Amino acid sequence: MARDIKELQKRYGAYSPTKIKRSLPSMRGPGPSHAKEVEKPKNASVTIKRLLSYLSGYRLQLITVLIMLIVSTLSSLIGSYMLFPIINRIARVETTIENSGKLATKVDEMLGSFRDIVFPFIEERLKNEHSADILIYVFSALIILASVYIIGVIATYVQQRIMLSITQGSLAKIRDDLFGKLQTLPVEYFDTNSTGDIMSRFTNDVDRIETMFSTSLIHIISGVIAVVVTLIFMITTNWILTIVTVVFAPIMVKSASFIAHKSRKHFKAQQVSIGSVNGYIEETVSGQKVVKVFNHENECEEEFVVLNDDLREKQFRAQFFGGIMGPVLGNTSQISYGVTIGIGGILMATAGLTPGALTVFAQYARRFSFPVSNISQQMTAIFSALAGAERVFNVMDTEPEALTLDNAIKDKIEGEVVLKNVTFGYDPEQVILKNISLYAKNGQKIAFVGSTGAGKTTITNLLNRFYEIDQGEILIDGKSIYDYDRDYLRQNIAMVLQDTHLFTGTVMENIRYGRLDATDEEVIEAAKTSSAHSFIMRLSDGYQTVLEGDGANLSQGQRQLINIARAAMSKAPILVLDEATSSVDTRTEKSIQIGMDRLMRNRTTFVIAHRLSTVRNSNAIMVLEKGEIIERGTHEQLLEMQGRYYELYTGIKELD
Amino acid sequence: MIFWRKYIDPYWKYFVLGPLCIVVEVIGEVLMPKYLAIIINNASRHTPVYSINIMLLMVITAILMMAGGVGGAYFGAKASVNFAADIRVDIYKKVQSFSFANIDKFSTGSLITRLTNDVTQMQNFINILLRMSLRAPGMMIGSLIMVIILRPSLSLVFAVSIPFMIIFVAFIIAQGLPRFSKMQKKIDNLNNTVQENITNSRVVKSFVREKYEVEKFAKVNDELKQSGLSAMTVMILLSPVINLVLNFTIVAVLWYGGGMVLAEKNSMPIGDLSAFISYCNQILMSLMMLTMVIVMSSRSIASSNRIKEVLNEDTDIHDIHAKYKDKKVETGTIEFKDVSFRYYKNSQEKVLDNINLNIDKGTTVGIIGPTGSGKTTLVSMITRLYDPDEGQVLVDGIDVKDYSLANLRNGIGMVLQQNILFSGTIEENLRWGNENATKKEIRQVASFAQADKFISEFNKGYKTNLEQGGVNVSGGQKQRLCIARALLKKPKILIFDDSTSAVDTATESQIRAIFKNELADTTKIIIAQRISSVQDANQIFVIDEGRIVCRGIHDELMDSCDEYREIYYSQIDRK
Repeated sequence: MARDIKELQKRYGAYSPTKIKRSLPSMRGPGPSHAKEVEKPKNASVTIKRLLSYLSGYRLQLITVLIMLIVSTLSSLIGSYMLFPIINRIARVETTIENSGKLATKVDEMLGSFRDIVFPFIEERLKNEHSADILIYVFSALIILASVYIIGVIATYVQQRIMLSITQGSLAKIRDDLFGKLQTLPVEYFDTNSTGDIMSRFTNDVDRIETMFSTSLIHIISGVIAVVVTLIFMITTNWILTIVTVVFAPIMVKSASFIAHKSRKHFKAQQVSIGSVNGYIEETVSGQKVVKVFNHENECEEEFVVLNDDLREKQFRAQFFGGIMGPVLGNTSQISYGVTIGIGGILMATAGLTPGALTVFAQYARRFSFPVSNISQQMTAIFSALAGAERVFNVMDTEPEALTLDNAIKDKIEGEVVLKNVTFGYDPEQVILKNISLYAKNGQKIAFVGSTGAGKTTITNLLNRFYEIDQGEILIDGKSIYDYDRDYLRQNIAMVLQDTHLFTGTVMENIRYGRLDATDEEVIEAAKTSSAHSFIMRLSDGYQTVLEGDGANLSQGQRQLINIARAAMSKAPILVLDEATSSVDTRTEKSIQIGMDRLMRNRTTFVIAHRLSTVRNSNAIMVLEKGEIIERGTHEQLLEMQGRYYELYTGIKELD
Repeated sequence: MIFWRKYIDPYWKYFVLGPLCIVVEVIGEVLMPKYLAIIINNASRHTPVYSINIMLLMVITAILMMAGGVGGAYFGAKASVNFAADIRVDIYKKVQSFSFANIDKFSTGSLITRLTNDVTQMQNFINILLRMSLRAPGMMIGSLIMVIILRPSLSLVFAVSIPFMIIFVAFIIAQGLPRFSKMQKKIDNLNNTVQENITNSRVVKSFVREKYEVEKFAKVNDELKQSGLSAMTVMILLSPVINLVLNFTIVAVLWYGGGMVLAEKNSMPIGDLSAFISYCNQILMSLMMLTMVIVMSSRSIASSNRIKEVLNEDTDIHDIHAKYKDKKVETGTIEFKDVSFRYYKNSQEKVLDNINLNIDKGTTVGIIGPTGSGKTTLVSMITRLYDPDEGQVLVDGIDVKDYSLANLRNGIGMVLQQNILFSGTIEENLRWGNENATKKEIRQVASFAQADKFISEFNKGYKTNLEQGGVNVSGGQKQRLCIARALLKKPKILIFDDSTSAVDTATESQIRAIFKNELADTTKIIIAQRISSVQDANQIFVIDEGRIVCRGIHDELMDSCDEYREIYYSQIDRK
């Protein structure tokens, strides 16, 4: 029952790319520059200012870069300008103000004056030459030309080398800032933004800024210098040809913006299509085992082909329109070149334009139109970089977790926890916890049971200030949690979370995360407490086995045991176990019971568990339903009550 | 190359026309300086009409070049997009054919990356290749030819500069490639660090490790910066050095060429000297372009290898040699004969070790044991999600390998440990079990699975949309939907792999009652953690470390099986 394209796209286009939780950071591919999404920044001037502030530490270097850029651009222009009198001499054409302009005559004179210096060096060779005079001129001119070139090349290298340091340095700074900022953001930020979306700021968006710093800016600055200087040289050479060349500039700019506009449209369509294809891949490949069990391979293939064909179509258009920018602009400048030279030829026949002037002008026509077309193309890169920078700065501007007050308490925490009429909802419209009150004495074990979505995990989210309470208060040792230093508070609450995420690194490092200064022995001790030691020893390198972040090499249960060991490292007086052993089988759970008991001894512990056997020996069990505590008491009391807990428990009761 | 032929052949026209169009552009580019030479050489001796004619020729050439360039973009896009799209379909199909073992080998995440990023890399590569591969060498060869035609003796300057350039370019590539691949690793490293930090944000915060994380990041970030510097330091040599050589070549051309023009008047027209200089430019620029393309394309080599790996992977479970392809599962008896299995063929540890068991049709079998003991692997062999290394699995007395995969799997309903639902409505999801089921049948299985009630409570009922991964239903509800989906198959054998763990015990016992009454003819295999889920079974297998340690009914096992009792008492507190 393959669905049709519209339906598929609606479905998969809708949730990706932003909704894909697992991130697929698109790597910094070689991606031809024309194949980038063309975007427009919203508030360019503010963003530019802010980007420039990252360069402000490099003022001296930037000035050097600018000078070097001017030197290299000028030397390359002067180099080609000098060809002009040289060729004229070789062609035995007098360079005069009438046929070549004032500047060329000056250069010619200047080059000529060097002959006396150079003459002795080539005297021998020139003895029998009838055109010795010209050769001396040419030789001396070429030496100067070579020097100009060398200066230009050195300047180019110096400029690139400095710019490289600036780019890499400032980008590293941007990434550091972005990451640093990320650490201050509240959990809510990570709950509401997909990993892929945040990741793309580190990858795509920072990449675009890099392109702008390393390439676009330089191209534009040197382009502008080249255009202006070339224009001056062109005017002094021949104003008629200058007008001919310049006329083409607006045509190029216009066609550049036309193509950019077109391709923007198609890139958007492509993005949507990529989104649905990737979404479909993501879902069906992740669910591959179900696909197999239900013999659904053919349907999946059919649907995939439909989506893929749509992408084929959209991608073609986007690639095509992105790809014609270069040839259209490049060859418009060829047309301009042709027309300029043609008219130059007419001028040679009618107005005595010199061959040197035309040779040079031919070069100028290129040197003028190349930067114009280049700048037009770079502008799209700049826009896209600014849009990327905006997204990066957006993160940096996100409200961080509330700052801790100066007079925040850092008193030793014993572990008495009181919740008074706590009401909370992630979304103001929807209350998750209603009027929750409870009291936990030092060292007590409090359990929460209830169905998914009843609000069990939410309570622990509030306890360590991941989210702020809407109404009511939570007191630890009689003081509001908001009066404590936030970090200090969290250090005093050890958590074993439902999601068993680990970090890439050795087992040792992962457990030590709980207390960074712990010795190897202490780590092993903690692993023994949580019954993780024995399976760790069976891993290929024991405690030095490198774990993958997504934990492909460990079972869910094993990951949970490492999580528990990590929490066991911490000496916090309050412990939260959120489904900490849900994937550990009951027998293993039983075997770690002694360790768990040791872990919980003298700590106020909050346990959330699906499995009722896990919570039996709690001092108090809270049965949560739809955000309210509907029953509370010890296991025995609750059974006597014959209420919800009793109902939940009866499944097992039937055994007896 | 032969490997990719399959994806090139259907589009060979684009693969040929693309570069051909580019050749038009290149020829134009090579001709342009020649026109300049003609005008400079002759314009002063002719009327303006002469120049106008040449000008028209140049404009026409430029327009043709534009057409060539646009055509190149057109065919390049056509070729690369279609090439990539076909590969994507093939990888997707390949993944569909993969066995569980194949999937485990690659891991889901890596398969997804290969299908998305790597294919895109290849696509970009093809596009660049088609547009640049002929362009750079074409420009170079074309210009060289023009240079030799113009003045063979003068072209000798290139005999010096080109070998020098080639050595230099080889040096850049040799130095640049390893540095770039090192940089790529650092990029992966950085991305990985960020991603872990994001997914672990709660861990970071609850242990107050923000500073530690920032330091960790600063380190990888600095490594990336250093490797970027080291890679780019090599690359920035490219343009200055090539420019230097280019400029010295021009100086040499002027000196020797100038001498020629002067020595024998008219033996080398002055215009030719101008053209010569332009060709110097083109030759060396094309070399620069070529180097960039080579370095930048190096990344796609890694991608192409990763794609090849998937496409070349042998699907280790197929039904080519099945003897009874038309045979369907009819009764539902199961037999394991000396079945052993390892995940990794070279590892010592057996996941399943010499399993022998018999299951009669219509009976209920419970399987219980610790995590990692091999329960899931054992039942996976019945539907051939894994094949045993040794021994045989028989369904209805026939080796499972002799059924067609479709018939075998159609006859067996399996509810997996992971509850995976797909984007779409509840009804669409249930229909995975049977496309042609009537609404009545769907409601019936839903009510069997105790799902009808909560589905009906949704505003849109069976038309309720499930987001990806079924996020808007609870874990228990998801499991019940998965059960209903499997029931709709009306299978002869039904396998539950820990599929009621999130369902509350009361509901679970209702489901069990339905099994007993409504699915009396179906063979039911139930893997569970809770004793209560299996205690009524006709037969219970206790599995530990890949072996059946005990078998029997509940009461027998309570008497005779230590492991079973242990599990029992871990759940029921009895002193």
